[in-house]
Formats: sequence, structure tokens, C-alpha cells
Amino acid sequence: MIEFRQVTKRYDSDHTALRQVNFALNRGELAFLTGHSGAGKSTLLKLLMVMERPSAGEVWVGGQLLNSLPRRQIPYIRRHIGVVFQNHQLLFDRTVFDNVAMPLRVIGVAPGDIGRRVRAALDKVGLLSKEKMNPLQLSGGEQQRVGIARAVVNKPPVLLADEPTGNLDPELSADIMNLFGQFSQVGVTVLIASHDITLIDDMNRRTLRLDQGQLVADGRPRTEVNRG
Amino acid sequence: MAKPSVLRPGGARQGASPLKQVVGSYLDHHRTVARDSVARMRRNPVSSMMTWAVMGVALALPVALLLLLASLQNVSAGWENGARVTVYLGLETPLPQASALADQIDTDSRVAFVELVDRERALAEFRVSSGFSDALDFLQENPLPHSLLITPEANYRSTDGVEALVEYLQGLPAVARVQVDLGWLQRLNALAGLLTRAALALAILLAVAVVLVIVNTVRLSIESRRDEILVAKLVGGTDAFVRRPFLYTGTGFGLGGGLVAWLLLLITFWWLSAPVARLAALYHSDFVLNGLGFENAVMLILTAMILGWLGAWVAVRRHLDDMEPGDH
Repeated sequence: MIEFRQVTKRYDSDHTALRQVNFALNRGELAFLTGHSGAGKSTLLKLLMVMERPSAGEVWVGGQLLNSLPRRQIPYIRRHIGVVFQNHQLLFDRTVFDNVAMPLRVIGVAPGDIGRRVRAALDKVGLLSKEKMNPLQLSGGEQQRVGIARAVVNKPPVLLADEPTGNLDPELSADIMNLFGQFSQVGVTVLIASHDITLIDDMNRRTLRLDQGQLVADGRPRTEVNRG
Repeated sequence: MAKPSVLRPGGARQGASPLKQVVGSYLDHHRTVARDSVARMRRNPVSSMMTWAVMGVALALPVALLLLLASLQNVSAGWENGARVTVYLGLETPLPQASALADQIDTDSRVAFVELVDRERALAEFRVSSGFSDALDFLQENPLPHSLLITPEANYRSTDGVEALVEYLQGLPAVARVQVDLGWLQRLNALAGLLTRAALALAILLAVAVVLVIVNTVRLSIESRRDEILVAKLVGGTDAFVRRPFLYTGTGFGLGGGLVAWLLLLITFWWLSAPVARLAALYHSDFVLNGLGFENAVMLILTAMILGWLGAWVAVRRHLDDMEPGDH
């Protein structure tokens, strides 16, 4: 579903964010992306979102080569990729319902279907009772779950998360991670960027470790294959 | 390298979505966006009305000028019909020759009517009308020549037609001078033409100003909705989707500005109509101040809407298209 082939991203002559990164994620696979800040996690996610283009190599998502994707096609790729941010990027001028409904409105879903699908997504994250509230009235963990509901409401085949548990206590973080696990079980490819080592170790899932732009490890934390 | 593409661009509408439903949802979105634009304008009534007023004044000014000039040109067109050519004969021309000349001219197809004014009658008329009767008594002989007053046929009353006639008359024997009383009319026409151009130039400048006002207003609106735009782009909103609310906003400002301009013109022309009628009556003129007809009012409002849309489009191209998530 996601594949990087010899991907290099240089911002300018002296700053290389990614160096010849190779990996592939299958359908329904859940993986973590870890490394120090500045190791290239955000750049990797941005390449998947087509916010950035690689300097060399190939980025494939769902069988589509993103390198040379025309600008006007970018929105259609993004409709297949759900994204969850640390700062959740919710809009505080509208209700929880309207926040979650945004991806559906963007692709022109009929109003009747919007209600049904938004409630299904909110039910999934356990916030069905709060659809009429403003996100500001919710706790940090609840806001993050609204962000997740928005990311999955369109049932995308790929789900990306950038530090989704950054501001949350361990218990809430585990809840969120379980949610991601459930999505991967129904076939969604999930990639979570995080530097929460304890959490990653607890989950014991495939982990891609970046160091100064290079992919230095790929495997489960407890049986990690070290690529040196 | 050919992999089966799971993510076909455009294939995002999941499930079997019939065309009808897609079109319906598209129109639905247009309706929602239009309603939302109106709601936003009503939420900031003062700033919205200021924008409308600025647009209204900027549009009303050149339109008022153009209407005034059009009315003026109507009047001069009426006067042109009264065009007459005066032919002065040489002082030594005897009356019979003058009379023969009048008959000759009368046979010309371009001439409707010729009146011979002999020098004695001319002097008598001049004595009465000029008020110089005492001074004229000192003259030993009549200084005035015989003259012919010629009214051209209706088809030859245009400037070109009259000029051709004048040329013909000047070529006749015994003719000393041909005078057309159109000089002042031509000057008025030239002036009106010049003013029309000036008004058009003003209209263009003010149209540009209107567009710039809208560009700025829409730019502010884009800035204030930055978060929303970024999220919409993040979840796969196309450029058209993201632009739509702002294009509606710009067009809405145009509509409001056009209505204000129309209202201003109505009030101004109503206010001017009484004094203009009095002035025209004093000059025995049938001058009427023509207001904006219904068709022109519709044109004005449509133009304003197009200008508003254009302003919004410029703002969107400059400030929205390069706004990308991840650029914070």
C-alpha cells in the first residue's frame, strides 16, 4: 500500500532530511515511525501527503507514483489518506459533527449519508454523545479522538498519524493506540510517527527507526533487525 | 512498474454513486456556500455595507456622467435637424442674378428649400434686431449683400452631407461666402465626445479600484479562514472547492455594490430632474435627463457582480492557491 524506493529528500545543499529510504507497508499493516526530532519523521509523512516531493527515488501509495503527480490530482490522493495530528487541527468555529463531516463535504457526499457516516465514525471513537458540542469544550484526549474520527470518516485505505499521543497521559495514549490497532485489523494501513518509546515497546509492532534521515532499523522492537 | 492502482484519482466517491446524486450534491454545495456567504456578510453588516458603499459610489459616478453625456448628445441630435446654410453673394451681384441663382440651387436634389433675402430686407432686419439703427444711418450705402437661406433635405443634414453641399455652393459663381450654423454644434459634439472618452477612462479606473477593493476584502476573509482552508486542503478539497466560498463572497459584494450604485443613480436623477426641466424650459429645449432604464440597471448590477467575482478570483489566485498545509 505504501512503498518508498531509494527516497532522498534534500531541502537545500546542506540539509538532507531523508537519505535513500526503502520500505514497504502492506494493506492492513500497522507500523511505527520513530527517531529523534529532526530525524526525518515529518518529512516522510509530508512526502506521503504530497506536501513535499522527493528529490530522488519513488514514493508509491496505493499503486500510484506520487513523484510526478500533477498538482490538481493531489486532492484526490489526499482523500484516500486519513491524517491525525498532534495538535489535531480541529476548527473551533463549528461543532464536533461539522468537524468530522468536513472530508465528506469536500468529496460531495449526499447530506443524508453525511449524518449516518459521521455518527458511525464518532461512535467508533466513543464520542457519539458529543456531536453537537464545540471541540473547545472537550478534553485533550477527546479532541484527539475527534481528529481520528475525521481522519477515518471517509474510510481511507491509509491512515497516517503524527505524534497522535503527544499531549496525552499513558492511559489515554493506550486507548488511542488500540483504536489504531482496530483500524489496521479491518484492512487500513496505519503509519504512526511517535517518539514515545515505552508505548512503542508495549505495542511490539513493526517499527521504522530513522536517524539523521537514514532508515537504521526495521522490525519489532523486541526482535529488532539492526541494519547498522 | 505498472501496479494496479487502488487509489484512482477521482475515485474517491465510494460506492455506486449515480451521476444524478453527484450533480445534486454539487448543486447542494453551491447552495450551502451561497447561503454561508450571505450569513457571513450579515454577521459583519458594517464592514459589508462599507464595501458596498465604496463599490456603489465608484460605479455610480462614471455611469452618471455617461448618462448625462448621452442626454446631451440626444439634444444636439435634435438640433442638427434645424441645420441651415447661409450663402452670402458678392456685394456687386444684381438682384436678378441672385434670384436666378436661388432657382438654380432649388433644383438641386440635396436642397429642400431656398429663401432669397435681398440686401434691403437684410438691412431692415439687422436694423431691428441689432439695435445699431442709429449707427447704420451714418453709413452711405448698405454694407450687406444679398443672401440665400438654404435648408438641406433631411438626408443631407448630417455633418458630412452639409459639408458636401457647402463645397458645391462655394463653387458657384457670385458666391462670396458660405456659412453653416453648425460650428457651435460641432464644438458641442466634439466636447461631448471628449467628455465621453474621459468618462470611459474614469469608468475603467474606477472599475480597477472596485476590483482592488474586493481583492483586499477577500484577502482579509481568506486570512481569517486560514485554518479552515488548510483543513479542507488536507482532507482532499480541490482548489475549486476551496475557492468557491470566496468567489461567492466577491460576487455577493458585487451584487450589493451594484444595487447601491443603482439606488444612488435613482436618487441623484430624481433630485436633478426638477431643476433640469426648469433649465430646459428656459432654453425652449426638449432636453430630458434620461435615467437608467431597467435593462441598463440590470447591466450595471451584472457588471458589478462580474467585477466582484474578478476581484475575488485575483485574491484567491494570489493568496489561496499557494496556501498549503504543512507550511505553517
